[in-house]
Amino acid sequence: MQLLEQIVAHYNHWITIFLMVSGLYIVIARGNMVKKLVGLSLFQTSVYLLYISPGKILGGTAPILDDKFTVYSNPLPHVLILTAIVVGVATLALGLALVIRINEAFGTIEEDELFGEQEEN
Amino acid sequence: MISAHYPALQVVIPLLGAVLCALVRRGSIAWLVALTVSWIMPVIAAAMLWQVLADGPISYALGGWEPPWGIEYRVDALSGFLLLLVSGVGAVIMPYARTSVASEIHASRQAWFYTMYLLCLAGLLGMAITGDAFNVFVFMEISSLATYTLIALGKDRRALLAAYQYLIVGTIGATFYVIGVGLLYSVTGSLNFVDIAGKLDAIENTRPLLSALAFLTVGISLKLALFPLHVWLPNAYAYAPSAATSFLAATATKVAVYLLLRFFFTVFGAGFVFETLPVSNILLVLSIAAMFGASIVAIFQDDIKRMLAYSSVAQIGYITLGIALANQSGLTGGIVHIFNHAMMKAALFLVLGAVFYRIGSVHIDSLAGIGRRMPVTMASFVIAGLSIIGAPGTAGFISKWYLAVGALEKGWWWLVFLIVLSSLLAVVYIGRVIEIAWFRTPSEACEGVQEPPPMMLVPIWIFTAATIYFGFFTDLSAGIAGKAAETLLGGLK
Repeated sequence: MQLLEQIVAHYNHWITIFLMVSGLYIVIARGNMVKKLVGLSLFQTSVYLLYISPGKILGGTAPILDDKFTVYSNPLPHVLILTAIVVGVATLALGLALVIRINEAFGTIEEDELFGEQEEN
Repeated sequence: MISAHYPALQVVIPLLGAVLCALVRRGSIAWLVALTVSWIMPVIAAAMLWQVLADGPISYALGGWEPPWGIEYRVDALSGFLLLLVSGVGAVIMPYARTSVASEIHASRQAWFYTMYLLCLAGLLGMAITGDAFNVFVFMEISSLATYTLIALGKDRRALLAAYQYLIVGTIGATFYVIGVGLLYSVTGSLNFVDIAGKLDAIENTRPLLSALAFLTVGISLKLALFPLHVWLPNAYAYAPSAATSFLAATATKVAVYLLLRFFFTVFGAGFVFETLPVSNILLVLSIAAMFGASIVAIFQDDIKRMLAYSSVAQIGYITLGIALANQSGLTGGIVHIFNHAMMKAALFLVLGAVFYRIGSVHIDSLAGIGRRMPVTMASFVIAGLSIIGAPGTAGFISKWYLAVGALEKGWWWLVFLIVLSSLLAVVYIGRVIEIAWFRTPSEACEGVQEPPPMMLVPIWIFTAATIYFGFFTDLSAGIAGKAAETLLGGLK
């Protein structure tokens, strides 16, 4: 019973882990290059939760110095993740740009076709 | 005083230079900008290293916010050494890049090459200089995204596939790194390396800490191409433009090794990583696997650029072997090999770039007899190749000497035997190229081929001369590496 409570209490971590593992699975299991990038994005997004959810304290306010407030949430994870989101978007953009170029150069974005073709050369 | 702001300039100047390159759009002007920038960087890096060796570490509070709240730029013997190495290699390759890039990349894209080169430089220098774990991630991604683009600029269409594969693997590595940092942050509430290290003593051996170490190790190992996480490297190096390959082979994986050292020794502490946990044994096995596995694969490569890429994986094995030994001589050997390997690999890849410039191929068959047509260039290949093998009188010997002494100090005489045995594999793959290049009758491809222009020859010979110089005079290489190892091992009883 105690174990179950512990599992439920940390539900935010379970969501993080689920997203993380499913993202990584898509990256590994899918042969379509766009789908791989979707998985990669999912994987990166899970990390945003890993940072942000422990930063929030229930009942805590934004860190404003005032006598009325005593419990503050940590604002730093949000700032860090804002940076990470920018990085994620840049990576996705570059990845998709590469996929477009690959499609132009090879006429396909399916990995099994691409690597099958390479072996023939 | 401007000198007080050197740490910030180390990152700011290449970043601004990259923007300037992107704005001018003209290949030749962009090259001038990149040349100016890349020649300023080693001067600043040398000035900082000089100051560190005289007065101890420099701590620079970015934007005036004191650490641990603000981002701290911290230069000690190890990071100063790395900064000088990365900026120095970047500066020497630049003159070479002009001719090489002009022949390998379409005129409309040349300015982008220099933009990405400077961005990559900024990212790598930033990773080496910053004392903030999250800041490292940002710089890692700056350099990585620039690297993917550099690789995709390669002439062969397979360069695109290589860039895409590297993007996937590199992003997974970087994300693992952020997960590790996030776990560390959630248990310590700090992102500053020194600050985290101070807070870890109280929570040693807890589960978040162990998983943080695991994520960081795997993430960084992907970046440094530790066997068996190296699969992205051979294609990336083989299809990237020659100048980019030399630069990346000499610097990118080295900075990742630096990061691993930083986390193992400064943040987690050698006592925790090497005595409480079996990290040393795991690294030892993987390093030896790299030394042998990658060398054996290298022997069977017909594309010489790819052969050298596999050789890089093997050489990284020697560096991580030094980390696994975790004693004064072993670690000195590992760190000095970061430097020595950068010199010799840069020379070898530049030679291949010159060969490609003249005959348009680096396939082993087309290299037949090229030594007689381009003797000055190929002589450099022989010398740098001897250094890869570890022949006495070259820089490679110094690294292996320290590694062997480190192994003996631990009483592992069998490891000395393995180091020598793996060097023999290098004799095979380097010797094969030398035999074909010098002792075969020249192939058709080599008809009427001349030496490359001096702008290419001089950088090649600067690196080649360095491999000889640092084979005899080791004050600058092994001396500083020894000091850095001493500081790192300070935490170990």
